[in-house]
Amino acid sequence: MFAYIIRRLLYAIPILIGVNLITFALFFMVNTPDDMARAQLGAKQTSPELIQAWKVAHGYDKPLFFNEKAPGFEKVTNTLFTQESLKLFMFDFGQSDAGRQISSDILQRMVPSLSIALPTFMIGLITNIALALLIVLFRGSVLDSVTMTIAVAIMSISGLFYIIAGQVLFSKLLHWVPISGYATGWEGAKFVVLPILIGVFAGLGSGVRWYRSLFLEEINKDYVRTARAKGLSEISVLFKHVVQNGLLPILTGVVVVIPTLFMGSLIMESFFGIPGLGSYTIDAINSQDFGIVKAMVFLGSVLYIFGLILTDISYTFFDPRVRLNG
Amino acid sequence: MIPLFNGISIYFFWTDIMIWGLFFSLLVWSRVIGRSEQVKAQWHRVFESNVAMIAAIILVTYFAIALMDSVQIHLAHANTQPGSFLDVLLTHLVSATERTYSAPFALSEFTKSTQMGLNGEMQQVYLPLKHVDATASIWMQSIEAIALGLVISAVLIGLHGLYLARLNQTSLIGMLSAIWFEQTKLPWRTAYITLTLLVVVMSWLFILSYSFHVLGTDQVGIDVLYETLKSIRTGVLIGVLTTLVMLPIALTLGITAGLFKGWVDDVIQYLYTTLNSIPSVLLIAAAVLVMQVMINNHPDWMQSTAERADLRLLFLVGILGVTSWTGLCRLLRAETLKISQMEYVVAARAFGVSRAKVISRHILPNVMHIVLISVVLDFSSLVLAEAVLSYVGVGVDPTMNSWGNMINQARLEMAREPMVWWSLFSAFVFMFILVLAANLFSDRVQTVLNPRDNTK
Repeated sequence: MFAYIIRRLLYAIPILIGVNLITFALFFMVNTPDDMARAQLGAKQTSPELIQAWKVAHGYDKPLFFNEKAPGFEKVTNTLFTQESLKLFMFDFGQSDAGRQISSDILQRMVPSLSIALPTFMIGLITNIALALLIVLFRGSVLDSVTMTIAVAIMSISGLFYIIAGQVLFSKLLHWVPISGYATGWEGAKFVVLPILIGVFAGLGSGVRWYRSLFLEEINKDYVRTARAKGLSEISVLFKHVVQNGLLPILTGVVVVIPTLFMGSLIMESFFGIPGLGSYTIDAINSQDFGIVKAMVFLGSVLYIFGLILTDISYTFFDPRVRLNG
Repeated sequence: MIPLFNGISIYFFWTDIMIWGLFFSLLVWSRVIGRSEQVKAQWHRVFESNVAMIAAIILVTYFAIALMDSVQIHLAHANTQPGSFLDVLLTHLVSATERTYSAPFALSEFTKSTQMGLNGEMQQVYLPLKHVDATASIWMQSIEAIALGLVISAVLIGLHGLYLARLNQTSLIGMLSAIWFEQTKLPWRTAYITLTLLVVVMSWLFILSYSFHVLGTDQVGIDVLYETLKSIRTGVLIGVLTTLVMLPIALTLGITAGLFKGWVDDVIQYLYTTLNSIPSVLLIAAAVLVMQVMINNHPDWMQSTAERADLRLLFLVGILGVTSWTGLCRLLRAETLKISQMEYVVAARAFGVSRAKVISRHILPNVMHIVLISVVLDFSSLVLAEAVLSYVGVGVDPTMNSWGNMINQARLEMAREPMVWWSLFSAFVFMFILVLAANLFSDRVQTVLNPRDNTK
């Protein structure tokens, strides 16, 4: 298994280089280093000398992909792409265009993102599975079809409406929680309750449907019929056998998501004024700060690939049939 | 510009051409489908469900409105702004702009304005709206509108009933009674009831919009009903055209990877894994920024703001297409791998049937259900994505009518005291109906077409 993990990690490198190439290409299709220098120096005091000096100081004076003047191997290494983008592999995010240290920004903003994303995810998972089990217990009845219709309706509403409606109802009319903002420690609880509730509710429709179909697929298998034939009650069949065996597909969906929780929710955070990574990214998009966008794209891809590897590894723990060979 | 007659000429934007092209190819495709008994029977089964029938009628209505909004008509003699066919139908709403907010069916403005009173002192008053007929009776007009709606739908149902009667070689009365007692295979009764309801509601909105702002007006006094109807085109186009971009890429790459294996497979797999591992909103945002710079650097590409907005929509569709083909491609690759191992395909290859023929005869027909399911599933998520992207500021042009832009503006309106709720409400209702219909329809398509699905 160790060899397998190593191989997967090595396989991630070309993918991450590809991700970097794409972001890099998109980045410099929009900006030239001259534009960036002008934006940072301000329009008033730009002279060709100043721009050149800024570019040299920030390392933007090099060619993009291929350095003709450099000797030998440096033709490839002494370029903007190698110098700027490949630094990301050392998790050296550098500075944003506004001059702040991106890695310290990320560390600082990770906590607010997690304080929303983690509870939303956990509560959502438990509610979804519980509701799905309840519906599976009453499968084929009126309750089943009614809840499934409601689930489709919940799915069909844009997340933006949930946020706006929630803010209007609970903050503006009922005054239960503040509309937006953030505080650290227990003080912050009142700020995160509403985003968490909205997040859980918005995911309810698709979640319940997904787990329901998962359990239904499991319930039609032979071993369940055997268990029932042995005289086990429906509830113990459901909880002892179906849930246990449904764990593996649940795991697939869950483990991939866990690492990406760090990224936070773009929309949720910017609506509720929470200084997490999601709003960090959205602000960077709006101010066209590509230093940050580049770093966040890289981080997102790393977490995604990490999640995929994690899923495969967790398989071996939960299903003895799965063997990973290097 | 294509001149028609009497100084009327029509014009198509790029997205207009695409949507009409798609419409006609759908027509041709349905003809082709009609030839295969098996496929025809499958589609028949899709429509056997009441819910699917209702959803389909609603979807067709939205699509029709989007199509009506996709022909630009220019009237040379009327000296008006060129607008779409829908604009021509709703001319009374285009010209009926007020000064500011007004609530649905309101007779006066939403906020007080300062006005010189009769005795020379300043007063705070609610100014009456310019384009509202205060003498009109809502009830009388409603009755007229409903009557008109009933007549129109009776004509439509009669025509369709006649067609069915011809097809089944019975009389119109016999056919209609069979439909009413649900003796037909397809749920035509449900279809007729839905149609009647839709037509009545539409004629009610239309007739009352002459005397009132049925859904109120927005910040700069534009009729909200008009805005919402114009937004339909944006939503439908993004949902439909993205498929058009995404489908060829996914089909070609997916089938190639599955069929040729080896290094081709490796390259294609690498391509979609890489694209997949980039958070899609970021990729879209970056691409949209590139596009903005490109549009700003080439002002000669378009003559008007409408054209610029249209070009931006086209780009957005392209970008969404490029980012969303990966999922379907992976599914198609796996399915092709499976099918190409099957005995009949191996036998065909052994008999010397060419690769192209194997693809067109064996592989394409057998992956079609996957394509269809993912296309109808994607539609609703794309409509929802438009709203989110417009909110982030990387969606459609801010001057273009779209539900995303309406919701975006609603954020500010909600903070007003008292609240301006009607723009958000209208956008919500129109978007919800479309997405709900699409979701319900895709559910049905999934249950009928997916051979493995045993949940129902």
